[in-house]
Amino acid sequence: MRIGLSWRLVVSLCLMATALPVNAVLRIEITQGLSRAQPIAIVPFGVEGNVPLAVADVIASDLTRSGRFKVLPVEDMLEQPTAGKDIQFKNWRIFGVENVVVGKVIQTESGFLVQFQLYDVFRGQQLLGLSLPVGSSRLRRVAHEVSDLIYEELTGIPGAFSTRIAYITADGTGEQRRYALFVADSDGANQHRIVRSPQPIMSPVWSPDGRQLAYVSFENQRAEVFIQDLFTGERESVSSRAGINGAPAFSPDGKKLALTLSSEPGNPDIYVLDIESRRLQRLTRNPFIDTEPSWHPDGDRLFFTSDRSGRPQIYEINVQQRRAKRLTFEGRYNARPVVSPDGETLAMVHLDREGYNIAVLSLKTRALRILTDGRLDESPSFAPNGTMIIYATESDGRGILSAVSVDGRVRQRLGVQEGDVREPAWSPRLSGSE
Amino acid sequence: MTFIIRKLSVLLLSFALAGCAGGFLPRASDQDDDSTATSDTGADVGDSGVETGVVDDDSPIFADPLDDPESQLATRVIYFDFDLASIRSEFLTMLETHAHYLVDNPAVSVRLEGHADERGSREYNIGLGDRRAQAVRRVLLFQGVADNQVSTVSYGEERAVAMGHDEQAWARNRRVELVYIR
Repeated sequence: MRIGLSWRLVVSLCLMATALPVNAVLRIEITQGLSRAQPIAIVPFGVEGNVPLAVADVIASDLTRSGRFKVLPVEDMLEQPTAGKDIQFKNWRIFGVENVVVGKVIQTESGFLVQFQLYDVFRGQQLLGLSLPVGSSRLRRVAHEVSDLIYEELTGIPGAFSTRIAYITADGTGEQRRYALFVADSDGANQHRIVRSPQPIMSPVWSPDGRQLAYVSFENQRAEVFIQDLFTGERESVSSRAGINGAPAFSPDGKKLALTLSSEPGNPDIYVLDIESRRLQRLTRNPFIDTEPSWHPDGDRLFFTSDRSGRPQIYEINVQQRRAKRLTFEGRYNARPVVSPDGETLAMVHLDREGYNIAVLSLKTRALRILTDGRLDESPSFAPNGTMIIYATESDGRGILSAVSVDGRVRQRLGVQEGDVREPAWSPRLSGSE
Repeated sequence: MTFIIRKLSVLLLSFALAGCAGGFLPRASDQDDDSTATSDTGADVGDSGVETGVVDDDSPIFADPLDDPESQLATRVIYFDFDLASIRSEFLTMLETHAHYLVDNPAVSVRLEGHADERGSREYNIGLGDRRAQAVRRVLLFQGVADNQVSTVSYGEERAVAMGHDEQAWARNRRVELVYIR
């Protein structure tokens, strides 16, 4: 009991588990877009009252980053209408622009009203028109939601702009080394430090509601899995058994956590922890390394890494029957599987002659495709709409983040000014109501 | 029993504090140091005005072979080959020396910290670091060290000592460190 109390004191003093905004900005640049990106114009929104954010800039930046759109520069615009009825379509056709977005932000008593309309320039038709009321602190989020709606209308795929990215940073050397878990918006804005520690932090993963992160912390000189609420900052240690406590993964219903434990020394196996009751179910039992579980969206199956064949390969296991089936046969190193949101594709770390790269395996055809050409690529994570995979890579000796579209045609690079960045985890789509 | 738990809690606390960011916390031992309550001057002035003094403590200085830089015990890192957890023969004599020391000093315990190089996935590397720590643990136990004297933790690739991204750095990072807890 005394020990427990001492620990709590030490932990609360040692760790700054508060969400501190910091100045380091996650910069995102697009390094490869579609050669035939769709031309679009986002006209600066009209403003009534005191509006602190250029909403059209946020939307333009979102659509540009997707690699699927080519946004007309504001200085080329021959007019800047703020309502659909004022658009002169010939002023846009001349630039080959296919779609125009116009809108207004109106300050209200409780916040803002964001109005926007999306037009098809060639047919002169409105495709979308909405009025979104929003609290004063959430204007940026609504801008991303508008981007999501435009993206979905024009591509048929839901957007993934109103999402967040969690990632780990490490800087300093020796005694000065510090590890931190950050959360930023998908465009790199609103970066918040969630945890910082002199001991390693790793394996962040989102709860399906986007409210919590599970991660591994070594703050007590051993591996421990924590779940932390992003809005209250409260956190709880959910697994601190002897040996390994690692690789957490929330089940699709958010009630369970798959994780790696080594209840017998030297024997990491996959377990499923019921978060509420803390009841533990063991899924694998063999003397090899079984780790990195990832749930299929159906909640019945998990994918994981095992070296039971002598080399790490990907296996699938049914939670009920608990029989493992090997899925990868190409290459001598396949690890860290993660399932696409539609359940049809696995992304993983794959070793080929060039190095450790991100590859995707079709669960239907079993075809493997290598998407990246780095030397030390790892930690793939799907965008919630399944179009992009964010991953960690190395550039000039530093860890940075990159993203690649699942078809390999669009590439982005995300960087912070100093230190290493790694283990990106893309959040689920954040609900508009929260 | 309470005494042991109490000492253990002090040990754990001071250990945890050592890992803290700065020296902004009081030393834990200050709070639990019940051996003496005299002031810094070594002099005590009572109500009667009589002063008493103390001289230096001359109990013998305990020389622990762990502190001897010439001893094999000063070597506390074992290196491994890529993706392997087998102990290379060059480290066996050194491990034997550590085992003998632990057998002779049952109150001392050791934490085996397993590490991997940065290649491949992070959680798999946690498994690899664990496997290496377990390999060292088995040697120590086989040499007669008690189970409760040895604990293990795997840091995988998270605590590299060499920051480079080449074979030279990787070879230094694939290791098990013996951390004594006295």
